[in-house]
Amino acid sequence: MSAVNLIAVFAENQLGQMGRITQVLADAGVNIRWVTIATNERLGVIKFLVDKCDLAYESLHQKGWTASLVEVLAIEVEDKPGGLHTVADCLARNKINVENSSGFVSNNRAVLLIEVQDVAAARQILTKQTLRLLSQEEILTL
Amino acid sequence: MTYWDQKTETIERAALEALQLKRLQAIVRRVARKVPFYQRKLADCGVQPRDIRSLADLRRLPFTTNTDLRDTYPTGLLAIPSEDVLRLHTSSGTTGKPKALFFSRRDVDNAAELMARCLVMTGVTHRDVLQNMMTYGLFTGALVMHYGAEKVGCLVIPAGPGNSEKQLLLMQDFRTTVIHVTPSYALYLADFMEKKGVDPRRDLALRKAFVGAESYTEETRRKIEQALGIDVYNSYGLSEMNGPGIAFECEHKCGMHIWEDNFLIEIIDPRTGEPLPDGQTGELVLTALCREAMPLLRYRTRDITSIIPGPCSCGRTHRRLHRMTGRSDDMLIVRGVNIYPQQIERVLMSLPSVGRNYQIVLEGLDEMTINVELAEAGFDGHVEHLTRLQSEIVDRLRAEILTKPKVHLVPPGTLPVSEGKAKRVIDNRSL
Ligand SMILES: [Zn+2]
Repeated sequence: MSAVNLIAVFAENQLGQMGRITQVLADAGVNIRWVTIATNERLGVIKFLVDKCDLAYESLHQKGWTASLVEVLAIEVEDKPGGLHTVADCLARNKINVENSSGFVSNNRAVLLIEVQDVAAARQILTKQTLRLLSQEEILTL
Repeated sequence: MTYWDQKTETIERAALEALQLKRLQAIVRRVARKVPFYQRKLADCGVQPRDIRSLADLRRLPFTTNTDLRDTYPTGLLAIPSEDVLRLHTSSGTTGKPKALFFSRRDVDNAAELMARCLVMTGVTHRDVLQNMMTYGLFTGALVMHYGAEKVGCLVIPAGPGNSEKQLLLMQDFRTTVIHVTPSYALYLADFMEKKGVDPRRDLALRKAFVGAESYTEETRRKIEQALGIDVYNSYGLSEMNGPGIAFECEHKCGMHIWEDNFLIEIIDPRTGEPLPDGQTGELVLTALCREAMPLLRYRTRDITSIIPGPCSCGRTHRRLHRMTGRSDDMLIVRGVNIYPQQIERVLMSLPSVGRNYQIVLEGLDEMTINVELAEAGFDGHVEHLTRLQSEIVDRLRAEILTKPKVHLVPPGTLPVSEGKAKRVIDNRSL
């Protein structure tokens, strides 16, 4: 319930490819809320937070793109000094190994997206803390 | 464990080598007497039959090549009077003249004998029903299998290829247990049965398939095994050396035992002709020790393989050959190392996250880059996992081809679709 899905696309040479991917999403009527790019030399993975995840996956797949859903946790961060530190500290104390993270601010609310090996376990640990995890609906209506 | 010819199949290595030497000396003496082609070749090498005192002297003998067979067509390599020839087969190359292959009565019987060893080695008995779906004719494949299976006492159905409706009917009515078939036809048949609503596990008595005449991968073997619910055994044959039945897998399926009492085996570096030790990959060279009508010395098969060192748990002392990894004609030389595209293919296809398509690009002074398509199911959205897979491919390739290539993983469907292996290699080197 409090997991958030990103749509990830395998694209080499991502700068040239980005436009073609966003075109597919636009044509399908999918709204992109957030994007993050992970690269390693020629390997590139573009991850989008979109309003219609399944539709995005279907449309990309139909156009021949290799896509996959990635489950992440969205943690609300207090938009004040020390806000991010509280979250980072909590993750470290609970030995949650974060593979990837990205953050954004929307309407004065800050959100940290984290990718972890075991989403279910991390969610269980984090909900016991004072941190607030956002659901897909919540994050899309920020 | 049953054997067709236990004494020969489990012979001590020392006794085997003594037998090999005796037979080698006899065959060299015979070709020096009977075959002008070899008289000339031996003279060119400055070797006389009496110079062959140990198996190590094999290296002093001349090679025989594919071209030699064509140049001496039709009867230039015949070592017996033509009235004593019992059977002719030919082997058609893709270009030029065919190769003529003669069998004496003893050769026909001996080929069947070796085939019988192979069949029994995989567990075939006289109770089996063997449906032979290879082409009967000038090609050696079907007839040698036919005679071998008859020798074992199987009921042999000479069905030949094609007409799947009839094949299925024969399999049902005569409870066929073994088929001899090409890999592509085996897959076609499996598909045909599915369309006809025939479940081979439930409706047929099939147990085994001998799959050959076309090269195929380990993956294809598993596919056929699963589709038909049977065991598939790899085999190696060569028309120039009897046809099928030269080397076969035993029940352990861990390499193909080659009958060393009949064939002397060498693995050579195709560039230099120098012999390579067991375990190293190179060109297979065969000397036929028992062929009467048409003995061949050090025949360069152009097939690439390696000898698997060590004994097999089946008890047979005859060494094993690895599955053929390609033809010497396909060989690439990168940074001085011989590399066969099939070695690369084998590594890639053993990784489930890797897709079907790949491309080998040679450029610059001597740089090798391998573009590898990811399997559709191999993408989970994490660039870290792609990076890890990429380094795993590099490590495995380095272990196989002894040089470190660059590897680029690319999304499925992004490489040009190539037909045949030749186009998978793009050589842009500025040498
Ligand atoms: Zn064995």
